[in-house]
Amino acid sequence: MTSNNRGRRRPKRLLKSLAIYSATTVAVVFFMFPIFWLIATAFKTRAQAFSTPPLFVWEPTFRNFIDIFLKRQTEIEAITGQEIELATGAELFFYNSFIVTLSSILIATFIGTLAAYSFSRYRPLGTNTMMFFILSTRMLPAIVVAIPIYFFYRAVGLYNTYPGLIMLYVMFNLPFAVWMMKSFFDEIPRDIEQAALVDGSTPWRVFYKVAIPQVYVGLGATIGFLTINIWNEFLFALLLTERSTRTIPVMIAGTRGEVGINWGLIAAIETLYVLPALVLIFILQRYLLRGMTFGTVRGAK
Amino acid sequence: MSVYGKPSSLSYRLFPVLLVVPAVSLVIFLVIFPLIWALGLSFYSYNALRGEPPLFTGVTNYVRLLNSVEVWKRFVTTSQFVALSVAIEFLIGFGLAHLFYARFRGRRLAVTLVTTPLLIAPVAVGIFHRYLFDATFGVYTYFANLLVGEQVRFLTSYPMLAIVWMDVWQWSPFMMLFILAGLEAIPKHLMESSQIDRLSALNKFRYVVWPTIKPLVALALLFRTMDAFRTFDTIFTLTGGGPGTATEVLSIHIYRVAFQFYRTGEATALAFIFLVIIILLTNVYLRLARRE
Repeated sequence: MTSNNRGRRRPKRLLKSLAIYSATTVAVVFFMFPIFWLIATAFKTRAQAFSTPPLFVWEPTFRNFIDIFLKRQTEIEAITGQEIELATGAELFFYNSFIVTLSSILIATFIGTLAAYSFSRYRPLGTNTMMFFILSTRMLPAIVVAIPIYFFYRAVGLYNTYPGLIMLYVMFNLPFAVWMMKSFFDEIPRDIEQAALVDGSTPWRVFYKVAIPQVYVGLGATIGFLTINIWNEFLFALLLTERSTRTIPVMIAGTRGEVGINWGLIAAIETLYVLPALVLIFILQRYLLRGMTFGTVRGAK
Repeated sequence: MSVYGKPSSLSYRLFPVLLVVPAVSLVIFLVIFPLIWALGLSFYSYNALRGEPPLFTGVTNYVRLLNSVEVWKRFVTTSQFVALSVAIEFLIGFGLAHLFYARFRGRRLAVTLVTTPLLIAPVAVGIFHRYLFDATFGVYTYFANLLVGEQVRFLTSYPMLAIVWMDVWQWSPFMMLFILAGLEAIPKHLMESSQIDRLSALNKFRYVVWPTIKPLVALALLFRTMDAFRTFDTIFTLTGGGPGTATEVLSIHIYRVAFQFYRTGEATALAFIFLVIIILLTNVYLRLARRE
């Protein structure tokens, strides 16, 4: 390539990168704006949230975040009944979500990893059938299972209990845990495990002393996605819980249809609610495609 | 029987089975069992609220549903929503993937920011879009006002537009991830030789790019179509199926029949029709994907 040629190309390349950067800016603004606006609204007072036209510059307030948990102690002006319920219940709902998510993740990861290891290493009879069957439950519309489960839970007494909800979440996230963990096990070489077996280790020891340490990263990614799945689940929580076991999404959805609701307060609750997702997106980025396709599509690095 | 202690040939053989048992039994217990129960119930006339014992009516529920104008309308609404969302998401995802295929500084951060909506809870998305689309205070309404000069009432005048917009916002990055993975899987030497051979942009796409990304595009469309078909949380919280029944997609309709009108038998029958459609869709797409 002659220098003359390169000289002529420079403006063209400049133009190209200008186009790339402006397109990227448009894309980022489009996808980040609602999230930005959500967080911004969380820092607005009731009057600021209800201003027309919307305020793009304002004096931020932390009042909403304090009100979520401490409204009883703070001085409050005109409030609706709904807001009292919201404000005094928020910590209970966060606690419920936390308990249910944590327990479901632990159980689903444990059971799922066991099965994934067996499917990956030993391929017992019917592995393909079982793997496919487990995957097909993912395609199942939740509403189809929800109706029988609802009546079943009411009859058995699992309705409005933690174990009931946790069991369901474990079941619905098992396919994910199994497929995801299998894809990670498939990637590590078997040689070390076989050597350990030959040296007289029991299969169980080989599993947790040799195989598991090699998939720590994958285990972390799996747990990350499970967190999102369970933390975000709505339909079953809506149908199977009452106040004492209600999770955050049900509480947030309950604000629908309220006229004159304090959007600042709702936005603050929602901000806290989506915070795990905002953190996890950075950690899970590399595994995003794999996580969204049950490990069936690996994707690029 | 000890897997842990002294190794015996039996425990070695049982080990893989033991690992699988908890997972498989849980799935059977909580999926197969309720599904069979529901299938049975779909042949009965049963209203959970009245508390009368279920009355066996054979295929009456199915016959009535398949001939019902109302159910047909719900199908049309659902198909409109699915077709519009998936088509727009594909176009945006396709464009974004080609944008991020180029190497530039800050690309990783941009990809992360663009894909953030994927992890946001659907309920939070739905409820917050109510505020964004609010007829008086909504910031989208304000932007629309700047553009067309009048206060657009999205949720009452264009509810379908609102739910499609919301879905496109959340799921376009999903398409982008698939297509980007496809683009990055194209062998470097093919791209280089197409450059050397001076292939036109159209031919390069047709002979080099498309064959590689085609299976991934098919998979992406499969996943998205089925997920869009089942969409519940976001639409339920944004419009609740309204105004009237303008955005009442199938899953919301089933929810209403089952838990607001308590026509349980009818709801389970409808749920099974829904399930069959999903299974058919899966098969059609899998065959398409496999043929490639």
